Amino acid sequence: MEDLPKNIFSGFVVSLIALPLGLGLAIASEAPPIAGIISAVVSGVMVAILGGSNVTITGPGNGLVVVLLSAITTLALGDIHQGFLYTLAAIVISGGFMLVLGFLRMGILSDFFPSSAIQGMLAAIGIGIFAKQFHVMLGYASIQGNTVDLLLKIPDTLLNFFTNSNKSTFTAGEVGIVSLLIMIYYPKIRNRIFQLIPAPMWIVVLTVGMSYYFNFISPYDYPIDKALLISIPENVLSNLAFPDFRKIFDMDFVNVVIAITLVSSIESLLSVKAVDKLDPLRRRSNINQDLKALGFATMISGFLGGLNVVTVIARSSVNVNNGATNRSSNFFHAGFLLIFVLLFQNQLRMIPLPALAAILVFTGYKLAAPKNIAKIFKIGKEQLLIFLTTLLVTIFTNLITGIICGIAITFVIHIVLKKSIFFFTRNVLKPNVLMFKEADEKQNYYVSVVNFCSFLNYSKLKSKLDQIPENQDVIVDFSRCSFVDHTVMENLNNYIQSFNSKGGHFEVIGLDLHGAHTGHPFALRRISATKRIASRNLTKRQKSLKAIAKDFHWTYRPIRKKPFEFLKEFSYFETKNIDKIKNVLKNDKCTLFDVIYTEGEFIAKQVIRSTMIHIQLDSPPPQFTLDREGMFEYIYHLAGYDDLDIEGHPDFSKRFFLYGNNKKEIEKFFTDELVLFFESNTYYHIKSGPNGLLILHKERLASVKEIKAMGDFATRLLKIIEKNNSIK
Amino acid sequence: MFNAQLVCVHVGARTQKKEEKIQGILKEGPTTKNEVKVLFQTGSPVDVILDVCQKENVDLLILGALQKENIYKYYIGSIARKLTRNAPCSVLLLIKHSIVRVPCNHIVVNGLKDPKTAETIDTSFYVAQAIGCKRITIVEEIMQSEIDVKINDDTSLRRATIAKERISNREDIRVKDLLNCIDEDKKEGISIKTQSIFGKRGYSIGHYARVVRADLLIMNAPNKTNLLDRIFPHDIEYILSELPTDVLIVK
Repeated sequence: MEDLPKNIFSGFVVSLIALPLGLGLAIASEAPPIAGIISAVVSGVMVAILGGSNVTITGPGNGLVVVLLSAITTLALGDIHQGFLYTLAAIVISGGFMLVLGFLRMGILSDFFPSSAIQGMLAAIGIGIFAKQFHVMLGYASIQGNTVDLLLKIPDTLLNFFTNSNKSTFTAGEVGIVSLLIMIYYPKIRNRIFQLIPAPMWIVVLTVGMSYYFNFISPYDYPIDKALLISIPENVLSNLAFPDFRKIFDMDFVNVVIAITLVSSIESLLSVKAVDKLDPLRRRSNINQDLKALGFATMISGFLGGLNVVTVIARSSVNVNNGATNRSSNFFHAGFLLIFVLLFQNQLRMIPLPALAAILVFTGYKLAAPKNIAKIFKIGKEQLLIFLTTLLVTIFTNLITGIICGIAITFVIHIVLKKSIFFFTRNVLKPNVLMFKEADEKQNYYVSVVNFCSFLNYSKLKSKLDQIPENQDVIVDFSRCSFVDHTVMENLNNYIQSFNSKGGHFEVIGLDLHGAHTGHPFALRRISATKRIASRNLTKRQKSLKAIAKDFHWTYRPIRKKPFEFLKEFSYFETKNIDKIKNVLKNDKCTLFDVIYTEGEFIAKQVIRSTMIHIQLDSPPPQFTLDREGMFEYIYHLAGYDDLDIEGHPDFSKRFFLYGNNKKEIEKFFTDELVLFFESNTYYHIKSGPNGLLILHKERLASVKEIKAMGDFATRLLKIIEKNNSIK
Repeated sequence: MFNAQLVCVHVGARTQKKEEKIQGILKEGPTTKNEVKVLFQTGSPVDVILDVCQKENVDLLILGALQKENIYKYYIGSIARKLTRNAPCSVLLLIKHSIVRVPCNHIVVNGLKDPKTAETIDTSFYVAQAIGCKRITIVEEIMQSEIDVKINDDTSLRRATIAKERISNREDIRVKDLLNCIDEDKKEGISIKTQSIFGKRGYSIGHYARVVRADLLIMNAPNKTNLLDRIFPHDIEYILSELPTDVLIVK
């Protein structure tokens, strides 16, 4: 309750953006401007009451503009008003579908879309908005055509604008260009008072001010033609449009419904996910609950003549930045919007269309910015191919075909990269994720993934990961999984962030052997025959290890050609073949490394990956093996050796197994200080060799956090042993 | 080892050459107390072996198998699988047959809530003692549906975590009770661990056995399965489709 003022304030700031955006998005879809406001008001109230997310703002969304525009212009064969009524019916039905999706807990649906395909779809939407609104921004509101035509007409419009436009159009175009400049340079102006009002609202304020200037002060008439101003019905509340359900069994209509449902669900789910990362209180949104609320709000909005409702990322982030803490800010945003529309109807009618178009041109450009393409190219060429396919198919056909092609091309690329189709078809339906709590004192969650992990079966991994409280330690092991795609890598990165922000720890291991074509952390990774790729691009774990090495003044090398000589000295490795040594961290006497070795041969062969530390000692230690009861997975057959007790330390003897054959030597080696050290630190398995000690971790690779702990353990152990030796 | 009589079945006609070969193999192996019986019979492998099992009152059927079914679909895909489903006795599927005996160091046993489990665990201790295995892990697979809390947000996540904790404690106690019923001398020298895992039944235990590199996985025998179970695989079908290690199915 004490947060109420904060939420009222942020609701107010958001409504300042929502007003011009709502009007603009509605106009861009050829719907009556008020439809955008209705949608924002209805959704703000409904989702604030029923929703499952915390700091999101709902309203008309960018993504829908393209779908709604084509629906309104084509459903009634060009009759815009009738088309709008049909589209309203489609909106109501798609709201019903979303409601059902929410009840069926289909919030996971968005996980089945490859992220590059979604990026491509969003970029296509951006281009669609940009192409249409660019003309409007320059004062040419009546240019029609599909996206490609509109793009090709841009040079013409520019030429017309500078050579032969009348005064009204030229002034309108000027207003548009100035508005665009405001949008672009607004973030660069660092003035607190100026920044109090968001850029879109500045545009509204300035254009309304200009209108007053011409009305009262200037001797000239208002130079912009009435047709280029916003039209709002005289009485907002009584002139509501009502949906027309006569076409509901037409194929066109069904396609529209599917497209609206698809885009609004994806846009909402992506936004909710993104906003959750911004939430200052680190809450987890109930996406299914949100989906239900959005669906219900969309239905009501459609009946009242409003556009459909989605969760919007830009407005939500403004909401968070202005201190919102709960859903009430969404409610207040709706309230302020309603007040604005009722009180300032006359002023709103003064806003020229090009000013709003400028806002949309800017949004469209942001969605399709060349910067995004460069980013995707950095992740990998294949991602760019997916992105461009989805983008182009969407522009040339429609959204649904576009996203389907995006999914298809992703799958084909995966098959080509893996050079096997059966690998995917055979394993796609099999469960591939195992999660359990490791049975040691740290109680890490261990998640092992086998076969492959891509957008096709990511939901299986996700459903397991979602069960882990974010303040726990998690290790995700991909060493048995030979193919991990970009969608998974990107999503895992989101988990890393959310675990970090909530005090947990999330780490991915077992990818060091997987090759990637680029150095980007989200690049697709697969086990490949050519070793060259694997060594060139370091995984996130390897990069962290490098950083640790620098911090501790150790040296780091990702690959070692030959195994260490000293490993052969340990009886443990007598029966094992060392396959690879990787990620070597080394200082003066300690060497930490990942080792991959095999046990047995042919069919009985088992590959084991582990992390170990070797400590070199000046004087040879006695032969011993130290372990804790039930702790260790390594199997040792030390027939004839007994569990030794160190005198005076009954607790130590009880907790540890100490094997060795020379009791006297061992007792001399285990001084009181050393015993105390072992008692008070984490347990590791320690073996002695002729020239040093080998400290072993579990039979899996250690996470970066664990490696740090091991390194620290080894250095301190070395210090104590050296001290003891010098006393002797 | 188990003081049992070995019955070798060869499906096919008896020929001099084959007999010599089999006798040669047997001579190389360790001598057994009881005489080895070699049978030759023609017919479909599944029927013949099942028939012999019945006639000879076999307690344990040992089959060689290959890890993944797609490669040699013929063998594991039809014969070994069919045998496993229909055999009247326990079945041991070996994937890691090697000439030098690899010591079996770690046995993973299922601890499902099932009347057969008690016997299965008992058997696994018997086997462990017989082959000198020092570690047994009893895995309780807990189905997702048992948690009964849908995770939507922080509150339900907390509830689900508590529910999980409670279920795994309950399962632990149940398995401990089962363990208490087993004779002390059977348990001697074996370190026993329990581990609860959450996931698809039958599947997760195989994955777990792979992760901990178990040498033998011991499972309950499945209830009767039909075609539907094969289309929607569950429980033992997962194990059979991709054998994680040697598997003993106790019947």
